Amino acid sequence: MSFSRFENGGRIDRSRPIGFSFDGKRLEGFAGDTLASALLANGISLMGRSFKYHRPRGLTSGGASEPNALVTLGDGATREPNLRASMVALREGLVAESQNRWPSLGFDVGAVNQMLSPFLGAGFYYKTFMWPASLWEKLYEPLIRRAAGLGRASHATDAQAYEKRWAHCDLLVIGSGPAGLMAALAAARAGAGVVLCDENAGFGGRLLKDRVEIGDADGPGFAASLIAELASSPNVRLLSTTTVFGAYDSGVFGAVERRDGAESGPAQRVWRIVAKRAVLAAGAEERPLVFGGNDRPGVMMASTMRGLLNAQAIRPGDHVAVFATGPSGHETARDLVKRGLEVTVLDTRAAIPAPELAASDGARLLKGHVVADALGGKAVTGVDVVEPASGKRETIKIDALAMAGGWSPVVGLACHRGDKPVWDEGTGMFLPPKERDGLSTAGSAAGVLDLAGCLKSGAEAGARAASDLGFKPRKAEIPVVREVCGGSTGFATLWHVAEAKGKAFVDFQNDVTVSDLGLAVREGYGHVELAKRYTTTGMATDQGKLSNVNAIGILAESRGLTPDQVGTTTFRPFYTPVSIGALAGAHRGAQYRPVRRSPLHGWAEKHGAVLIEAGAWMRASHFPREGETDWKQACDRETLAVRARVGISDASTLGKIDLAGRDAAKFLDLIYTGKMSTLAIGKARYGLMLREDGLLMDDGTVSRLAGSHYLITTTTAAAAEAMAHLEFCAQALWPELDVRLVSVTDQWAQITIAGPQSREVLARIVDADLSADAVPFLAVREVALHSGLAARLFRISFSGELAFELAVPARHGAAVADAIMEAGEPFGIVPYGLEALNVMRIEKGFITHAEIDGRTTPGDLGLARMVSSTKDDFIGRVMLSRAGLQCEDRAQLVGLRPVKPAHRILAGAHLLMPGTDPSMANDQGHVTSACWSPHLNSTIALAMLKRGRERQGESLMVWDGLRGIETEVTVGSPVALEGAGEGAAMSGRAVEPVVAQAPGTPDWLGAAGTIVADQVTLSQLPDAPVCLVSGPLAKAAAVRRVAKAGDGLVRKLQPGQALAVGDAGESFAALAERLGAPDGLSLCDLSDARVRFSLSGPAAADIIATQSGIETRASVFKAGASAPTLFGHVPVQLTRLGGDSFEIMAFATYAQDLAHSLTRAIALSH
Amino acid sequence: MASLITCPHCGIRPKEEFSIRGDARPVRPAPEAKFAAWDAYVHSRDNVRGVMEEHWQHVGGCRRWLVVERNTLTHDVHGVTDAADYTRARAASASRAGTKGRVANATKRRGNI
Repeated sequence: MSFSRFENGGRIDRSRPIGFSFDGKRLEGFAGDTLASALLANGISLMGRSFKYHRPRGLTSGGASEPNALVTLGDGATREPNLRASMVALREGLVAESQNRWPSLGFDVGAVNQMLSPFLGAGFYYKTFMWPASLWEKLYEPLIRRAAGLGRASHATDAQAYEKRWAHCDLLVIGSGPAGLMAALAAARAGAGVVLCDENAGFGGRLLKDRVEIGDADGPGFAASLIAELASSPNVRLLSTTTVFGAYDSGVFGAVERRDGAESGPAQRVWRIVAKRAVLAAGAEERPLVFGGNDRPGVMMASTMRGLLNAQAIRPGDHVAVFATGPSGHETARDLVKRGLEVTVLDTRAAIPAPELAASDGARLLKGHVVADALGGKAVTGVDVVEPASGKRETIKIDALAMAGGWSPVVGLACHRGDKPVWDEGTGMFLPPKERDGLSTAGSAAGVLDLAGCLKSGAEAGARAASDLGFKPRKAEIPVVREVCGGSTGFATLWHVAEAKGKAFVDFQNDVTVSDLGLAVREGYGHVELAKRYTTTGMATDQGKLSNVNAIGILAESRGLTPDQVGTTTFRPFYTPVSIGALAGAHRGAQYRPVRRSPLHGWAEKHGAVLIEAGAWMRASHFPREGETDWKQACDRETLAVRARVGISDASTLGKIDLAGRDAAKFLDLIYTGKMSTLAIGKARYGLMLREDGLLMDDGTVSRLAGSHYLITTTTAAAAEAMAHLEFCAQALWPELDVRLVSVTDQWAQITIAGPQSREVLARIVDADLSADAVPFLAVREVALHSGLAARLFRISFSGELAFELAVPARHGAAVADAIMEAGEPFGIVPYGLEALNVMRIEKGFITHAEIDGRTTPGDLGLARMVSSTKDDFIGRVMLSRAGLQCEDRAQLVGLRPVKPAHRILAGAHLLMPGTDPSMANDQGHVTSACWSPHLNSTIALAMLKRGRERQGESLMVWDGLRGIETEVTVGSPVALEGAGEGAAMSGRAVEPVVAQAPGTPDWLGAAGTIVADQVTLSQLPDAPVCLVSGPLAKAAAVRRVAKAGDGLVRKLQPGQALAVGDAGESFAALAERLGAPDGLSLCDLSDARVRFSLSGPAAADIIATQSGIETRASVFKAGASAPTLFGHVPVQLTRLGGDSFEIMAFATYAQDLAHSLTRAIALSH
Repeated sequence: MASLITCPHCGIRPKEEFSIRGDARPVRPAPEAKFAAWDAYVHSRDNVRGVMEEHWQHVGGCRRWLVVERNTLTHDVHGVTDAADYTRARAASASRAGTKGRVANATKRRGNI
């Protein structure tokens, strides 16, 4: 008789049948089943095939440690391999498949490996398949890899949603068995914030599986009353199907919550739990016994069989044998006998404590016996039993075999920080190391095996944690327990059965046998770490949860040592496998990283731009017109139009840094190679920043807006690095300087108008004299548009043409760009993108980060004149003077033209003397940038060439081995296209002004401007002015005081910097006036740089926890509290407006991204 | 790397909010210092096993540069100070010692264990 289900009993709900399938077969189970119990109820005990020998396998430990019953769930995009059938709660429509078999689980061709087993012993792949060596990579390894292994991952994109969330608590309790429940309750009653995790679907651990009496309740009843109390405590969070997978420093724990079959929300959620204290109450694993055929389906742990019997009414057959070394075997026998089955108990011990004997009364008992071999094929059918003392053998026919080899505390998480478990010879167990960083152990995880002891140990651990944190726990009342087997807990240690004839498995999942370990010792790999790698014991998905202790015992025995001398391997996260998707959370696909959108993003889209990812931004690459079939046509057209007439492009992505403070000029002199302190008000200057090692970091401009008020621009690519560098210089190198730095990149839409007719176009927009005398090259002007809008005008060029950059507050960007298009229409204005911009700068020999590549100096790029020789200090000055950076032998910037103008050159190609072989020794330099110049009708390139400046006119070969290009080029000046510059003077035609429209408010959350869910509402807050108040550190208090005058809240950024927010509809000027900052403080308008959202409702804090690790418990983050933090990868200022209402102030260029993340999080929160 | 850092301005935050620059002990030499001092400042770093002081920036928070004293072996964090305070304090102690921030002094101490 095989496995089946009793007609009655168990904790399943027989009124709720559940349909599922296994290997295509339709089956039925009940609510309360796991996939494993439902399969057994259907008579299916063969659940998988083993890793190496493809042996038939069934349920073995039935918990997190299950090594054999591994299945694949789902198909296509939701397919997930290697799930433990014992950890999968049954749900309607579940589709499960067995693994590692072909063509079927019942008939598996791979089982031939069993016959080959003499060749497949430990480390076989190091020895057997050595010759010929060339076959290893091509034949042996692919074959072995294919034959071995577990389930296969899906190749489809994972369709499931994942979430990550932070949780902060006083006490984390891991495991909800008797000890865990008592620990959680003791701390919760004292008022501590508690998180209780259990990896099973229900809370209670073994209380749900064993027949025990606690007070006047049974196990499940007692557990239910405790859980009910915990669930009703507002300071407790209960997380079921949640495995704590790692214990990290600072009291941070990682946990994964599986939400299989959940109607809504994420499929899995990764928790990062910050706990001041933690109690590990993960229980103990029952130890397998190592005898021949111990892996046959139907052989399982005694506690597993007992649990299935009591919780799911699983009937293991008519006749069951129990192989015991301690009380668990007798307890299982008791429960089986009570259910009317025929039971034979084989106990290794000659003397068995009376309470155990009393428990298993009714079973046939063979004292001093061992099971030498389990017989059978796809299911166990009998056992060969030996009495070692006499050598007497007997074969008994059975349907199932339970094994009780003692217990191994689950100590993994207590060892993740580097400590080792401690061997206790008296009990025969590895016990957890002593408490560390607030993590203690309780219950069986601490080696306490009796129920009363577990309850007490848990209650004490919980109370101790609470009292450590200043709570006042009451003394716990421990209910009276009627102990099974009279509280007898000791067991005999039996590492393996010497009388075994068949394969005796130590590690089921990796098919490692006793003889493999013996081989490892004989061949010199007896050290525990070496034996692990040689035999693979303790590897794969179960990480040796069942096998490690036996393996150590066997190694100890064969080396003549004790287990503590052998020691354990290293425990590391992850405790159980966690899918990559869960760890990635929301950050994949388009949300892999945040994308900044320029204020002209929508404008560019409207004009048909092809937007590409460029660094942190989406930028317009080109603006194709109808009939253009590739980007190059559009690029050529745009380039020609700008040089001949006029074009408009978006320069908003450049890094823009507002610099103020008494020592601003001095600071600039220390940062830049040139002397910036001589810059006149209303002028801009090009500058170079070096790293301290003398190499170029970035280039850009400095504009002096007022006395000690400057605007720094950086390249788009290096904006973040440059800002961090400037902050480092200001804060860490020269804290005595009064400088205030703030990024204003988001505040301004910066529009380039370039081309000979740019002045005439701009004259229709800007209400000012734009003549070359009034606005000379490198002039900076505060101007008004014809619409009255205040703007900044820079006469700067990156195309070599006459050009202006017009900066307007970000929200006006699109409207002003529209007005410029209208104004330029009679002139044939075109929008142009990055490609055209690149062509024009290469034509003029202007550099970007293709040339500033971390290896070049100003001199290399022909910019030596920009390095001041009079300043006694600036970053990089000393190291730049090194001989190696000054010698004439260095690569220098040159221009290249191919002899055949149409020949293509690409960046990255190398330069060679004609007739020389491509080799490092012959290398002359490399191409940094290349393009097609429609003006010169030729490919042109910039390159770094050894002693390049003196080699003008020389012929070289461009060699591009990667792309198969080889072409002859002539070396020339980096400036390929001379001339241009001042552009046309005003034609004298009457100027017809174009007035830019007033902008609308962008709806980041759609037209409704709000996202409403059950427990939370997200809305965009009305426009209000935002002002950064800054001052020297010494005036930090004054800064806060001034900022508070806005709306009464101080949004503190850092000492000496705070944000003030005005009233809805108020102008910035009015707010600035109202703030009334005293001398020495600066105000900076960030009204267009920030977007404010409000998030409110009972679930608001949970939504925030999906984005940020900041603790928002009201006791810590009080009403009016405000702090800068990261939401995902996006910086925000978070403010508690009161109760469960928060303000999230985001950078405007990230607003779209943030709105998306918050909307997604809310959608998943249902 | 430590999982949590207590920013002196913002409180306890996950490490993801910070970026790390490296050893905070080397002091930028005076402009007129010998080349060897500059060479040591720019290029020479100890690979510390144990306690070291590092420059971290709370780039996802207040954007202040901090000095984090941490144990590279155990991840324990022993203290976090604002970099400006750190620089000032060291300059003060250097001038008290009469060494005027000489590099030799600054690079001498290493909290190896």
